[in-house]
Amino acid sequence: MEKKRKDLHIGDKAFYWILKVMAFGIILLLLAFFVLLFKMSWPVLSKVGPSFFWFNDWNPVTEEYGALPFIFGTIATSLIALFLSVPISLGAALLITEIADGGFRKILGFLVEMLAAIPSVVYGLWGLFVVVPFLRETVQPFLSQHFGFLPIFEGAPLGVGLMAAGIVLAIMITPTIATISREIFLTIPKVYKEGALALGATRWEMIRLSILKSSVSGILGASILGLGRALGETMAVAMVIGNRAEISASLFSPAQSMASLIANEYAEASGEMHLASLTAIGFGLLIVSLFMNSTARIIVWRVERKYRGTR
Amino acid sequence: MNKFLVSFFIMVSFTAVSFVQMTNAAQLINGAGATFPYPLYSKWFSEYNKQNPNVKINYQSVGSGAGIKQLLAKTVDFGASDAPMKDDELKSAGAPVVHIPTVLGAVVVSYNIPGVSTSINLSPALVSDIFMGKIKKWNDPKIAAENAGVKFPDTAVTPVYRSDGSGTTSVFTDYLAKVSPEWSEKVGAGKAVKWPTGLGGKGNEGVAGVLKQTPGSVGYVEQVYAVTNNLPVASIKNAAGKYVQPSFESVSAAAEGALKTMPADYRVSITNAAGATSYPIAAFTYILVYKKMNATTGKDFVQFLKWSMGQGQSFAKDLAYAPLPKSLVTKVEVTISQLEF
Amino acid sequence: MREKLKSVLSVNDFRRKIINVTMISLIVISSLVAIFPLLSVFVFVFQKGFSTLSLNFFTSLPAPVGETGGGMAQSLLGSAMLIGLASLIGVPWGIASGIYITEYGHGKSAWFLRFSNDLLMGIPSIVVGLFTYSFIVAPMKGFSLLAGSIALGIIMIPIVSRSTEEILKTVPEHIREAGLALGISRYRVILNIILRGSWGGILTGVILSVARISGETAPLLFTSFNNQYWSGSLTQPISSLPVQIYTYAISPFEDWQKQAWAGALVLILFIFTINVTVRFIFRKNK
Repeated sequence: MEKKRKDLHIGDKAFYWILKVMAFGIILLLLAFFVLLFKMSWPVLSKVGPSFFWFNDWNPVTEEYGALPFIFGTIATSLIALFLSVPISLGAALLITEIADGGFRKILGFLVEMLAAIPSVVYGLWGLFVVVPFLRETVQPFLSQHFGFLPIFEGAPLGVGLMAAGIVLAIMITPTIATISREIFLTIPKVYKEGALALGATRWEMIRLSILKSSVSGILGASILGLGRALGETMAVAMVIGNRAEISASLFSPAQSMASLIANEYAEASGEMHLASLTAIGFGLLIVSLFMNSTARIIVWRVERKYRGTR
Repeated sequence: MNKFLVSFFIMVSFTAVSFVQMTNAAQLINGAGATFPYPLYSKWFSEYNKQNPNVKINYQSVGSGAGIKQLLAKTVDFGASDAPMKDDELKSAGAPVVHIPTVLGAVVVSYNIPGVSTSINLSPALVSDIFMGKIKKWNDPKIAAENAGVKFPDTAVTPVYRSDGSGTTSVFTDYLAKVSPEWSEKVGAGKAVKWPTGLGGKGNEGVAGVLKQTPGSVGYVEQVYAVTNNLPVASIKNAAGKYVQPSFESVSAAAEGALKTMPADYRVSITNAAGATSYPIAAFTYILVYKKMNATTGKDFVQFLKWSMGQGQSFAKDLAYAPLPKSLVTKVEVTISQLEF
Repeated sequence: MREKLKSVLSVNDFRRKIINVTMISLIVISSLVAIFPLLSVFVFVFQKGFSTLSLNFFTSLPAPVGETGGGMAQSLLGSAMLIGLASLIGVPWGIASGIYITEYGHGKSAWFLRFSNDLLMGIPSIVVGLFTYSFIVAPMKGFSLLAGSIALGIIMIPIVSRSTEEILKTVPEHIREAGLALGISRYRVILNIILRGSWGGILTGVILSVARISGETAPLLFTSFNNQYWSGSLTQPISSLPVQIYTYAISPFEDWQKQAWAGALVLILFIFTINVTVRFIFRKNK
């Protein structure tokens, strides 16, 4: 009887420790990311310091590297994506939670989730052979003809560039924003909604007053998460962004994002500065994604907590 | 049901992993580098594998820059580059690296101009101006001046360059730096430069892809990429003042001059070569190996290199490359025999 | 007076009704806009890829550049091997982590573990590739199946951990208490009682994570690299379907582009079949 109890004790302890090591191993892994990438960026960061991130040049001949053109490319495409995606995602989320019924709701929810399942390289393939020609032959010439005086529509219609990348990214982050918005909408207590309807509000007014108004911070969190995803997207962007390290006001212009730059140049960077600069950009991406994620999670978590008690 | 799923899943992963153990006696040799000679190399490796089924040469066409880098990092058995390694690159290698010239090729200026399917004439000044972004439209008088009778559309000029580190870029910018002081000063030469304007494509393949799809575009690619994609090729005015199309004859003529002064390590530039029939943007392309190769792969690879100097050269012409001049082949064979493993 | 009031109210009503209809229509339209790309991708991939799907495609190695008749056989096998090996790394680690957080985690430390898990999940896959290159490929002096699997495994861990956690959270507390009250050791309670009931859900999470990594390209670009041949070794580069699709897609050769579409078709059919099947089974289990 004594022996049995001892065995159990050891078995339990062993199990517990194995699991603990693996769970905390994740934290170790995160730290390893941080440390290793920082160490490999050191040659360039120690030379020019944080000014690396706002230096506007990338010249392998003179060995002068700065991340600004790619920060621009990343931010511009991601903002375009957000601008296009947020209204669409909210619309889809609202349709699913408020307007659609039973079977239709399930189908729609499923379709939105399937959007998330398509791999980046397939979106890139589709972007390259469907979206780009469409932009080049139809959309951009039209915009150029009628609105070409605006700086954002300046330049030759090439198809590839900020516009194409922004559109493809918008589609890719829609499921993220839509799904989280849907979760937020579902946490809103029924009382709010029924109350509004009982007072004679139209459907839209109910949505506007009870749901949207109370979900602002939740939607913000969802958007930040979507933004975080857009910032790190690599393949689809690399295939349609035009591969040009330049800052420009026009949506037609080719650009380069931080992620697509690394994908294009990392395999061949052999100069110490070149390699360190690329790694530094990767490090920047890491920091930004960690930051975006934490912020978004905290916001979303707070919103969900707010309503959980009042169900 | 669950048990079935679990066991099925385990079986599938297991089978997949156990394939790992299916190592046959075949020798796998890994290489990476230039996209310039890739069509020829892939033919070579395929043919050689047919004749020697035990030897598999896995070559990834990722650009000369990557080829050199991976060789220096020793993550591949051999590299390939059209740009000879620079002195500081050779120094950082630690051990001696040997350049083996394999074939001659032409960097052509190809374009997609709506309505123009013939070869246009371009002088060095024009090429430089186009890639500098100084010529904005195809119906610019400067272009018309050298191409009487050709109807150019009012389309914007979009230069296309390599977004990755490229030997082809190195050859092209080397030529431009020679013929245009402005280019030399403002942009310079190298495997990767800061292009004044245009779009980037990854690899010769990527540039050709962009050219095919973008009206008004003009780019530089290795000849076979233009040929296989039915893209027109410009005639470039050479140092002797003649407009020359790239061909076996004009490329070989460009190499002729260099043969007399060929250095022992074969690192030369043959751009803007003298001679009435020389094509001005021609280049050797090299396979790069350490003098002391890996014991397991070295032996087989050296055999392959010998084959490339013999039978290999016969495949070059069909793919729009020029075989090495016979006198050079003799020298290279000596170099190959000096490789150790 | 009454008439006036009535007319004012009805104008207002009318306005509100118009706005209602307009906004609801916009909501419907925006949902359609959201779904449209899904259909477009499917239609195009099917249209352009279907005709290239042949026995040859599935069984041949690539042909030399410019020649037709090649296939993606080695890429398909390569992907299978990468996924298999990645699962060996990612699944046990992820499940272990998920179990720990749910069963043994408490208060602040559990929150911190969950948070770190989410952070790991949010790291862009290209950065994972960078890390794995510096950590594995450079010291090992070679691209390899091992490096590629490690990169994919790192991506899998937080996904599996999260889904395991979600499933275990739904197990009612009284089952745990009942088991412990019977004198069974804690680890047996977890293994034999809790996990036994939750296997379906956990497996669902695992299979969905497999679907997710099967499409990953960026982390493989400089870890497993690519290979024209069958690969039989942990320490040699290996081909994979997404990398091959990417390489072919940006090339100018029409034959290659057709193969890229076919490869994309195979990939999304694989992913969708998994997603649909798993949901179906999961629904049944409930």
